[in-house]
Amino acid sequence: MMEIGLNHYLVLSTILFCIGLVGVMKRKNLLMLFFSTEILLNAVNISFAAISHYYGDFTGQMFAFFVIAIAASEVAVGLGLLIVWFKRFGNVDLDSMSSMRG
Amino acid sequence: MFEAIAFYLFAFLTIVMFYIVVTTSQALYALTALAAGMIFISAFFFILGADFLGVVQIIVYTGAVMALYAFGMMFFDTTRGVKEKQGNKYIISGLSTLAAVLIVMIVAAPIVSKNIVAYYPVVEGVGNVQQVGMVLFTKYLVPFELAAVMLLVAMIAGIVLAGKKMDLSITLMSREEIEAMKDESNKKVLS
Repeated sequence: MMEIGLNHYLVLSTILFCIGLVGVMKRKNLLMLFFSTEILLNAVNISFAAISHYYGDFTGQMFAFFVIAIAASEVAVGLGLLIVWFKRFGNVDLDSMSSMRG
Repeated sequence: MFEAIAFYLFAFLTIVMFYIVVTTSQALYALTALAAGMIFISAFFFILGADFLGVVQIIVYTGAVMALYAFGMMFFDTTRGVKEKQGNKYIISGLSTLAAVLIVMIVAAPIVSKNIVAYYPVVEGVGNVQQVGMVLFTKYLVPFELAAVMLLVAMIAGIVLAGKKMDLSITLMSREEIEAMKDESNKKVLS
């Protein structure tokens, strides 16, 4: 109980990932969907750093850096698209984005 | 001892913060809770000895990403609560099944792969930041450069998408005005 091992971090990462997954499925507002995506990426980062620490390997931390870079660029492009959509239609609701009749 | 206390404290705080993000109906609460959760996650990186990663987490997430969201939310009407209709029961049950399978996979994966060999072993007596530099600029140089180009592309895309016609709001205009504006821009292109 008092000794924190790799499994503790993996379980924590799983819990956070599940919270993010529920958010992605449950949310209908696109801004909230972006927040949930950030949670998913962060949960994965924790497990990368933990595995990197407990196996003495540096690759996990490197991957976490690239994940952070991808998250930053995703936010920039996604928020730009979101602003354009909001200017045109006045809401960011997922259900209203069915103009392609998919 | 202190590691255990820190781990459980920050795990609890992070889970609570992210739970608030997922469940609240106020966009501003969600933003604030997400920023707090990001800072708490950086505490895990510091506990794990990944100092540089923790600093990058604070700078990039709470500094850049949260500021970007805050600026983006100036465009949206955030005072009004987010209206969401609840999904059906099948989605929720399917989701929990998926989450349970995920838990089993993640817990079982390191047990299955016991024969992991460290490709870039941590060198004793060298600081974390120094080591990050050594690995990043030798083995991961090409992905690093690609990430830089990708960030540049994302920045240009963000400016082009959000910065266009900042001074007028298309939602407040009538359809005729938008059509007139379109015709005008078409004329400009043709002439």
